[in-house]
Amino acid sequence: MTLTYQAIVFLPLIGFVIAGLAGHRIGHRNAEIITSGLLIISAMLAWLVFLPMLFAAPAEGAAGEAALHAEAVKVELFRWISSGEIDIGWVIRVDTLTAVMLVVVTTISAVVHVYSIGYMHDDPGRWRFFAFLSFFTFAMLMLVTADNLVQMFFGWEGVGLASYLLIGFWYHKPSANAAAMKAFVVNRIGDFGFSLGIFGTFFLFGALDFDTIFHAVPGMEGTVLHFLWGDWDALTLIALLLFVGAMGKSAQFLLHTWLPDAMEGPTPVSALIHAATMVTAGVFMVARMSPLFEASPVAMTVVLYIGAITAFFAATVGLVQNDIKRVIAYSTCSQLGYMFVALGAGVYSAGIFHLFTHAFFKALLFLGAGAVIHAMHHEQDMRRMGGLRKKIPVTYGLMIIGTLALTGVGIPGTPFGFAGFFSKDAIVEAAYGVGGTNGAFAFWSLVIAALFTSFYSWRLLHMTFHGPTRADAQIFEHAHESPNVMLWPLYVLAAGAVLAGVVFNDFFFGHAEHIMHFFAGSVVVDEAALDAAHAAPLWVKWAPTMAMLIGFVVAFQMYVRDRELPARLANANRGLYQFLLNKWYFDELYDFLFIRPTLWIGRALWRGFDDWFVDKTIVEGLGDRVRDVTQRVVRLQSGYLYHYAFAMLIGVAALVTWAIAAGGLN
Amino acid sequence: MTLSLFFFYLFAIVLVGAAVMVVSSRSPVHSVLFLILAFFNAAGLFMLAGAEFLALMLIIVYVGAVAVLFLFVVMMLDVDFAELRQGFLQYAPIGLVVGIILALELIMVAVGFVVTPEVASASAVAIDPTLSNTEALGRVLYTRYVFLFEGAGLVLLVAMIGAIVLTLRHKPGIRRQDVGAQVARTPAMSVENVKVKSGQGL
Amino acid sequence: MTSDLMSLDALLPVLPEIALALGALALLMAGVFLKGETHASVSGIAIGLLVAVGVLALLYPIDGVLFNGVFVADGFGRYMKTLILIGSALALVLSLSSAGENGLAKFEYSVLVVLATLGMMIMVSANDLMSLYIGLELQSLALYVVAAIKRESTRASEAGLKYFVLGALSSGMLLYGASLIYGFTGQTQIDEIAKVLSLGDRSLGLTVGLVFLLAGLAFKISAVPFHMWTPDVYEGAPTPVTAFFASAPKVAAMALLIRVVMDSFEPIALQWQQIVIFLSVASMVLAAFAAIGQKNLKRLIAYSSIGHVGFALVGLSAGSQGGVDGVAIYMAIYLTMTLALFACLLALRTEDGFAEQISDLSGLAQTKPFIAATMAILMFSLIGVPPLAGFFAKWYVFLAAVEAELFVLAVIGVLASAVSAFYYLRIVKVMYFDEPVLQFAAAPAELRVVMGAGAFLLVTYFFTVGAPLGAWAHNAAGSLF
Repeated sequence: MTLTYQAIVFLPLIGFVIAGLAGHRIGHRNAEIITSGLLIISAMLAWLVFLPMLFAAPAEGAAGEAALHAEAVKVELFRWISSGEIDIGWVIRVDTLTAVMLVVVTTISAVVHVYSIGYMHDDPGRWRFFAFLSFFTFAMLMLVTADNLVQMFFGWEGVGLASYLLIGFWYHKPSANAAAMKAFVVNRIGDFGFSLGIFGTFFLFGALDFDTIFHAVPGMEGTVLHFLWGDWDALTLIALLLFVGAMGKSAQFLLHTWLPDAMEGPTPVSALIHAATMVTAGVFMVARMSPLFEASPVAMTVVLYIGAITAFFAATVGLVQNDIKRVIAYSTCSQLGYMFVALGAGVYSAGIFHLFTHAFFKALLFLGAGAVIHAMHHEQDMRRMGGLRKKIPVTYGLMIIGTLALTGVGIPGTPFGFAGFFSKDAIVEAAYGVGGTNGAFAFWSLVIAALFTSFYSWRLLHMTFHGPTRADAQIFEHAHESPNVMLWPLYVLAAGAVLAGVVFNDFFFGHAEHIMHFFAGSVVVDEAALDAAHAAPLWVKWAPTMAMLIGFVVAFQMYVRDRELPARLANANRGLYQFLLNKWYFDELYDFLFIRPTLWIGRALWRGFDDWFVDKTIVEGLGDRVRDVTQRVVRLQSGYLYHYAFAMLIGVAALVTWAIAAGGLN
Repeated sequence: MTLSLFFFYLFAIVLVGAAVMVVSSRSPVHSVLFLILAFFNAAGLFMLAGAEFLALMLIIVYVGAVAVLFLFVVMMLDVDFAELRQGFLQYAPIGLVVGIILALELIMVAVGFVVTPEVASASAVAIDPTLSNTEALGRVLYTRYVFLFEGAGLVLLVAMIGAIVLTLRHKPGIRRQDVGAQVARTPAMSVENVKVKSGQGL
Repeated sequence: MTSDLMSLDALLPVLPEIALALGALALLMAGVFLKGETHASVSGIAIGLLVAVGVLALLYPIDGVLFNGVFVADGFGRYMKTLILIGSALALVLSLSSAGENGLAKFEYSVLVVLATLGMMIMVSANDLMSLYIGLELQSLALYVVAAIKRESTRASEAGLKYFVLGALSSGMLLYGASLIYGFTGQTQIDEIAKVLSLGDRSLGLTVGLVFLLAGLAFKISAVPFHMWTPDVYEGAPTPVTAFFASAPKVAAMALLIRVVMDSFEPIALQWQQIVIFLSVASMVLAAFAAIGQKNLKRLIAYSSIGHVGFALVGLSAGSQGGVDGVAIYMAIYLTMTLALFACLLALRTEDGFAEQISDLSGLAQTKPFIAATMAILMFSLIGVPPLAGFFAKWYVFLAAVEAELFVLAVIGVLASAVSAFYYLRIVKVMYFDEPVLQFAAAPAELRVVMGAGAFLLVTYFFTVGAPLGAWAHNAAGSLF
């Protein structure tokens, strides 16, 4: 088994090394085959690790207690850092949470690799692309198999780097470069919080590996830590700092601005990194640190609110976007908000569940969108699409499946429904289960967001596939179905989008005992929160479904039956429309608040400080002074013996005088 | 005791005076002669302290060999001391200042001189009055101080090697008398019988 | 009255020294009585002897205090002796290829180096002011001779003479200091002095004696203001001799200094710390500035070595075990850098001599890329650029200083380090960005090995020798506390 774990993690690395170092020598075709092949093997192994966990025999006796402290499998590769109190090993930690992530990451990555063979077939930098993809996968696996915060941080930064490289893959496009930089900078803010959290953890616990931290958490409750201007509850502070990191990576409200821009990268990248895996790293991290978060109600509430706001906010923006990928990007942002709500509600398993199902149907939607874009010769604006149903029927069908899964189509109370139905309803119920103002806020935000989700999803579908075409005649004429190498990955994902919910519902959101047994202590299972969620009244269970139906009907009305209605509505509510279209003016706000002052300070430092002070005054001035001193010192070295002897005597006399003056008399 | 005290001060004063003259006298030959005087007085001090062996060694080795060697060197080398002295005088003021500072500090040391009882009793080796000076030295030289003695021997060896390596020249083409070779020479090696044909000569 | 040696076995701790002494005598005999050109074979045997003694010292580590407390064999001594033996052996190796040009084609050179090494080992093991002085003189005398060994060169003779006269002056200071210390404590043995000092009631004369003693030692490690001989002697002496001067004797003198201040003057730490701090600051600052003005490579290296002594003294100033650790590591790394650097210099042979001026290195990267790369690595290591070994050397001593709350000293050290980067980088610049002027002959194999090994160790220090060396230095320093 040890070898299996290592193989899962390191096969992508091998692929990266081969493709990255020898890519230009072995050619595109070989680089594609090697990286994709290795990834497929890795994915199969991941399933091999994951499936037995489903069917593991129930633990004897006190199932809950035993499961809570079940040991994760750990494979120590080497000692990494050993300095003073810091003792960090490089360990592959595999427990249920990791296994879920392994399956998600490797499967989606393998699918995307294969898909990219078709999608990128005429790109001159393909081997580079595949090398980056494999590198990303390796870094992501490093992140999810981390056994301590530092190792996780390594993976965290690794995926950030890969994301930067892949967003800016078409580096000749200025917008792609700008987007890559934006993603990197915004993520730095999150990472700063994350690293502060890591320092805080080490400061508080004296250790960085998860087991030690979690065992020490109960003893630390009520500890007070001084930070910046005041005293804080230590656990809350650390949890919040870590959460800032999660917000950055998972594009949560306030730090979300980079995600839509990241769509400048090639579509497979969007599917892999900005929908299925990397952006869920924040969710994963909070789930991984669940014992810590569980100890801080304040932090949990913050997570809940941020998640709910994001879910609602992103959905509103998604309503009016015209770029096909941006709609899906805001949808991703919104769905990530859902996941955080689940975490904030204390039902971590539901958050992970949504992460799991979302990976499939969102990757499906992105790759489907990619197929559309591919068919339309890299046209992304939905206003210049329409009527593609006839041209690319297979893609159309697959997009329908993705949309059904995303909007959560299913019949409450029965095992009939698409993947998103189960996980999303679980989250909505969990939010309701929180109760009080917080619960109500989260619940209603999510239900409204579900309505919006349904609306913009169907809007996307209608604008792209239905009605008369608005595309350029020649392009429309040449629109064609994608090759099989692109369609097969979509079939795999479609299967996931249909089945992932119904098959795994019980493990993630069934009875508390089942969940506990399945997760075996890798995340906290709060039975009270779970029971509260399960006990939600019937109308709550139906609420998201109703919202979904309303959204569908409205979209149908606006984009199929009365096609003039959207324009009229937009004109009637111009302010609101502009507000949404410009994404609540966040970019403009940040531009005004942060970017301009930073640029101004930068320019001031450059002209005033660097040019004038450092260059002119310090460097040149200092250089001259150094030369003067040197001249004098060199002249001391006259070559005359008695000068030297004198220097020694003077030195001795000076030293004796000093020694006596400085305390020789005591 | 008063007599020995008188001689102590006599030797000491002459010693210091001679040392000053070594440095200050104009002629290098005079300097060496004052050095010899200083050695004699130091020997006298040794004698007063009961170290008669050291005193005599000082006279034999330093006066008899080293100082005389110095004298030869000084007389044979043509060194222009006046020239050297110019540099000396040029820096005399600074040297004077440094010297005065050091002297003042040493006076402070002398004034603050205290001997703690523990220190006085901790003296290295007790002297056995029944032994003669030479014997006492001999007893410790190869036992207690064998390491230092051998080390000093190596220092002298280095000095010897150094002197040779820096001065000895093997000039090619110089004929030296080799007594051994002369003595070992046999008629067979040096005499050759030659039959001379008539009318040709050698 | 008598010796503490009751049997031959009691001599075991001093076995390396005895072996080296006997070996030196045997070498001398071999040199005198063997016919023909003996210097190469004598050098070879001398190298073998040094290595064998090093192996002996490491394989049979026997601690002990011998000869009525005059000599001590301990872990610290063994560490430093190993460095010294390596340094001396490699200095001899470096001299092989160019013995003829440098006037070293005499068997006496090897013998003198071995005897100097013996002196250094005695210094390192000295537990008494007397054995300290004997060792020091044995070493110094041999070095004076070696400096002037190229008789036909006036520069070498001048260097030897200067070294000798100033060395004699420093010896006088040292002896004066030692006599004051003896006078005020009644002891010459280092640990006994410490005992007397810890009784309290200390006299001013002791402070003066301490200063004079330290001044004598500072001359040997060439700390400012007792450094003046260094550039002249380094420049004047033949390059292989300079390589020897810059390596082993520095280690020995530093070891001696450490032992004296740590063992003997530990009770008056405040006094000697101030002096050491002064020496350290003066050395770092003066060397950093003076080196900038140099055009001659060997003078530059002289100032560089003065600066590095200053950095090493930063660690000693801390007066803690961590500081001594740092100095021990520093000396090992300094030794490696110095020897590799001289290997580079000796490898740069033209038709009429060796590269002497910095400008001779112009465009070396084009003509001799390997040597240029090695030199560049060395320069970066000398600056202290991570992750090269030079960085760790400085890191440990600065860390010790910071832990001892000597913040100002650490800051001055870092600043001096920054200034010194200027002249190191200039060499890199000249090698890589200027046009070639000279053509150099192929480098001899043994020099390439020394260069390669040195560069390898410096680059991979953190991953290879760093940890074991650190542990060893820590153990060694531990034997002093």
